[in-house]
Amino acid sequence: MEYIVLVISAIFVSNIIFAQFLGVCPFLGVSKKISTAVGMGGAVVFVMTLSTLVTYLIQVYLLNPLNLQYLQTIVFILVIASLVQMVEIILKKTSPPLYQALGIFLPLITTNCAVLGVAIMVITKEFNLGEALVFAVSTAVGFTLALVIFAGIREQLDLMGVPKGMRGIPIALVVAGILSLAFMGFANLV
Amino acid sequence: MTSTLLLISGVAALALAWVNSMTMGPIAEAEKQKIETAIKEVLPEFDQLVIGKVKSFDSGDSLTVYYGMKGDDTTGIAVESFTKEGFSGLITMMVGFLPDGTINNTKVLTHAETPGLGTKMMEDKFKNQFVQKNPTSFKLVVKKDGGDVDAITASTITSRAFCDGVDRAYKSIWKGGNE
Amino acid sequence: MNQWKNFTKGFIKENPVLVLLLGMCPTLGVTTSAINGIGMGLATTFVLVMSNIIIALIKNFIPSSVRIPAFIVVIASFVTIVDLSMKAYVPALHAQLGLFIPLIVVNCIVLGRAEAFASKNNVFSSMIDGVSMGLGFTFALALLGSIREVLGSGSIFNYKFIPAEMDGILVFVLAPGAFIALGYLIAIINSLKKQ
Repeated sequence: MEYIVLVISAIFVSNIIFAQFLGVCPFLGVSKKISTAVGMGGAVVFVMTLSTLVTYLIQVYLLNPLNLQYLQTIVFILVIASLVQMVEIILKKTSPPLYQALGIFLPLITTNCAVLGVAIMVITKEFNLGEALVFAVSTAVGFTLALVIFAGIREQLDLMGVPKGMRGIPIALVVAGILSLAFMGFANLV
Repeated sequence: MTSTLLLISGVAALALAWVNSMTMGPIAEAEKQKIETAIKEVLPEFDQLVIGKVKSFDSGDSLTVYYGMKGDDTTGIAVESFTKEGFSGLITMMVGFLPDGTINNTKVLTHAETPGLGTKMMEDKFKNQFVQKNPTSFKLVVKKDGGDVDAITASTITSRAFCDGVDRAYKSIWKGGNE
Repeated sequence: MNQWKNFTKGFIKENPVLVLLLGMCPTLGVTTSAINGIGMGLATTFVLVMSNIIIALIKNFIPSSVRIPAFIVVIASFVTIVDLSMKAYVPALHAQLGLFIPLIVVNCIVLGRAEAFASKNNVFSSMIDGVSMGLGFTFALALLGSIREVLGSGSIFNYKFIPAEMDGILVFVLAPGAFIALGYLIAIINSLKKQ
């Protein structure tokens, strides 16, 4: 039951983009087409889960016992950066089709603050390993959902007559605002 | 090339260790200050504090309790309570009681509630309705659920959580066990 | 390079948020009030200036293959320094900004300036560049924070100018308001630029 609440709240109620403002850069950057949005979403689900697992174990079995909590930021970002590199190399060798699909998005993920954000959040929220993983997966699913919905709207938006100054990012931000308003409707779900 | 990277990381780690040792004192001091200010805010006048622990009434967690003393009399009891029911999880708060169980005042210590919505729990309009109320006659539940507390508009979850935190403080002292 | 031009570019012409559209996450996340915006802006400025200086100093010793990880280590160190110092000396602001302080490390502006400017220019220019970009970022955050605070809470720098019993247009303090206010702000800048 608790896990269901955690999943629903991470995907809808506290959506990583619409409620927490994490990962907005890739959200605005790669959301012009549904197909790329799905690709990016897949890559984020993969990396976020993996990096949360690794950083969680490092925090609990290395930083906490040694009282090195102050190295958290530096260690986490290095772990994420190297993980992304490793995933890229492994995918390239073992699964060329998957690499074709996700490859170009991987370098972008290092600077996706959602990944580091979730890694830090599961530590401050004092989750256990199971909760941390469920939280990471559902947050990433929430990210993908937001990205895909948004891409669908932007594909339509290209065909509309938008005032000159509003074209591109401004109208995208306003649309994101309206979507965020819609997502607030989920607030009483949990 | 790996050695350069190792060297940079080593220097960075040393520098951070130094900064960490420099700020450790002030950080602890700031936390202490925060607790002390909160105690002063929620308790009636006192000369000295006696610190104790009580078991939370519904779990194994123990809560820190501060007894405000004036001479030999207890003027009030401050409980460092918490709730996990907040919209964004944990809220910690200091709840001050008079010796007969009447709520003297409350003060939120840490929270992650939505700015503009849940944060209204710290404003007078909401928190003053708890002041000088005794939980024996004042039901610490929002009106929607049949209690006496006016919930914050559009923040029922936060309001429920706040009540839960105050309730935990009350029940742990008067219905929990001293340690 | 003309240092004055180097200094002023960050405010309007190459404003990192309003024109280059970098660092959107903290921009949207912390600007519920003007004070928060300024606090976040100054914290980022410190990291930007210090990492620009250090990277300009050591750029010749770093092999280009480990360039990015080395930059990240330098940036992350300064972020941790800011994090710890704020926790020690301005705990209230630190609690408000919360998660967004460690996340300065993935702010595209910081790594972007390190890679695009500091790794190619001398120490002094890099420092000026950091100050310029940092203050430009602070300016944008303060502007957006003020707009949201005025509309959303009816106050500015915590001074409430509408009757105490009244609320502002709440939506501007909430998440949707952040997106909408920033969208219109950028649209205004865009139209001004074209004329």
